[in-house]
Amino acid sequence: MTRTRTDYLWVATFAVLVALAVPWFLWGDSRVFAGLPLWLWWHIGWMVLTAAVFHLFTRRAWDRGMGEVTN
Amino acid sequence: MVSALGIQLGVVGVYLVVALAIGLLAYRLTSSDAEDYYLAGRSIGTVVLLFTTFATLLSAFTFFGGPDLAFRAGPEWILVMGVMDGVLFAILWYIVGYKQWLVGKAHGYVTLGEMLGDRFGSKRLRALVAGISLFWLFPYVMLQQMGAGEAIVGLTNGAIPYWAGAAGITVFMIAYVVIAGLRGVAWTDTLQGLFMLGVVWLAVGWVATAAGGPTALSNALATNKPEFLALGGGLYSPQFIISTAVTIAFGVAMFPQINQRFFVAKSGKVLKRSFALWPVLVVLLFVPAFLLGTWAAGLGISVPEGANVLPVLLNEYTPVWFAALVVAGAMAAMMSSSDSMLLSGSSYFTRDLYRPFVNPSASDAREAWLARIGVAVFATLTFVASLFRPGTLVEVGDTAFGGFAQMALPVIVALYWPKTTRSGMFAGIVGSQAFYLAHVFVPPVDLAGATLFGATYLTWDFALWGMLLSALLTVGVSALTVAAPEENQQRFSEGLRAD
Repeated sequence: MTRTRTDYLWVATFAVLVALAVPWFLWGDSRVFAGLPLWLWWHIGWMVLTAAVFHLFTRRAWDRGMGEVTN
Repeated sequence: MVSALGIQLGVVGVYLVVALAIGLLAYRLTSSDAEDYYLAGRSIGTVVLLFTTFATLLSAFTFFGGPDLAFRAGPEWILVMGVMDGVLFAILWYIVGYKQWLVGKAHGYVTLGEMLGDRFGSKRLRALVAGISLFWLFPYVMLQQMGAGEAIVGLTNGAIPYWAGAAGITVFMIAYVVIAGLRGVAWTDTLQGLFMLGVVWLAVGWVATAAGGPTALSNALATNKPEFLALGGGLYSPQFIISTAVTIAFGVAMFPQINQRFFVAKSGKVLKRSFALWPVLVVLLFVPAFLLGTWAAGLGISVPEGANVLPVLLNEYTPVWFAALVVAGAMAAMMSSSDSMLLSGSSYFTRDLYRPFVNPSASDAREAWLARIGVAVFATLTFVASLFRPGTLVEVGDTAFGGFAQMALPVIVALYWPKTTRSGMFAGIVGSQAFYLAHVFVPPVDLAGATLFGATYLTWDFALWGMLLSALLTVGVSALTVAAPEENQQRFSEGLRAD
């Protein structure tokens, strides 16, 4: 894959991470699981996933989009 | 038998004095690191960067404002703050923070104003950025004093008046800065941060146990506040969630004490490490803090006028000393993070305003004294303003974040687009600030069916429209003008080194 194409993939990934941190599809849902609203569980899980993806980004794609950076 | 009031005041007073003493001792033991750092130093270590940034979360906005809002409007505030701080801010941490770190390292910048002033060859731009930053820092420092005042009212059930709490934290803030001087107590931020993180979880456990467990608590919510369990509704529209999260995230990136850290990190590794940890750290702090406010609503806690819900809830469900300890810990954490804000603010004042315009050859000692006096005056003025209580904690904080957010897009455009011109920067920054200030201070006007200067346009917050305006003006005016000869267009794109 070309460098630009991978760039766009990362941009799209970040956009999804932002967009679904709030579970819009559960809007108005009041189901409760283990004492907490279901939508809160989604959020907590999503944040853990976000941390994992961010970690992957630091390993695989750091320096992307910064212009020419010499190491 | 000691009265409850005696225990409360004893715990709060002793904790604050001990925190101050530890701060001073810590400074003496670790002077070299901290000294470098605050004397516009060249390097700060891994842990300090992560935790001074984390410390910004440890403000009255989180500890008291957040639970208050969750108490009144429901727990969705967890989502707003989560997407804001955990995801959006983390991404800005890379886009703004890492880029600034690379640029700052190549050219030796220490403040945002200095970086922009050099790139665009303009002392006036430098001063403008510093001036706007100091202006919006004012309400945020005031917020800490309001939070402390309201917390003391809640803890003592009104026996100690609001002004006394606000005055108390002001005195401690000034004492920190004047006694410790212009040197960091950054690692007391760390200690207090960890302490508070622990105590908040302890409070959640304690309240949950005392009230019969999480299931009993959610049943109480279902009975008393059924709308709180459903996602959305009331205050929380999609527009509110998105606008608030976006403006706060961009605002945080422009906060002096955060933005300055982007320049002074010792290595890029620290930025990397903190980036991945951020979402988890955010959830660990926000979920318990705002759940407490939510549960209080289900339990039918009644909060006296002008108090925070958190101390009231803790007084009801945990021993007096524990409630006092949480309030004292929160106040100490707020105090030391306000201290970081004030110190960064004072470096903007001396480096970007005083030196370039008033006295270029001022000695370091003179500058240090001036900064201390500046901090004392600033904190006193915010204290006086806090007595008028211009809004709730979240409203005041949100206004400050929104003001900072107006600068974020012009800065990002400048960092990534070499064709940005000085005129474009002035247009973007001045135009959006004028728009934003008008909406904060001018009362709404009805004009032919449409409302001008209201809270929203087409249901979206004016702060978001201001940000859009700032980007359009910066890009549009830059496209129409040519760079002045003093501008250094390649400043942000050439000679960047990551090691």
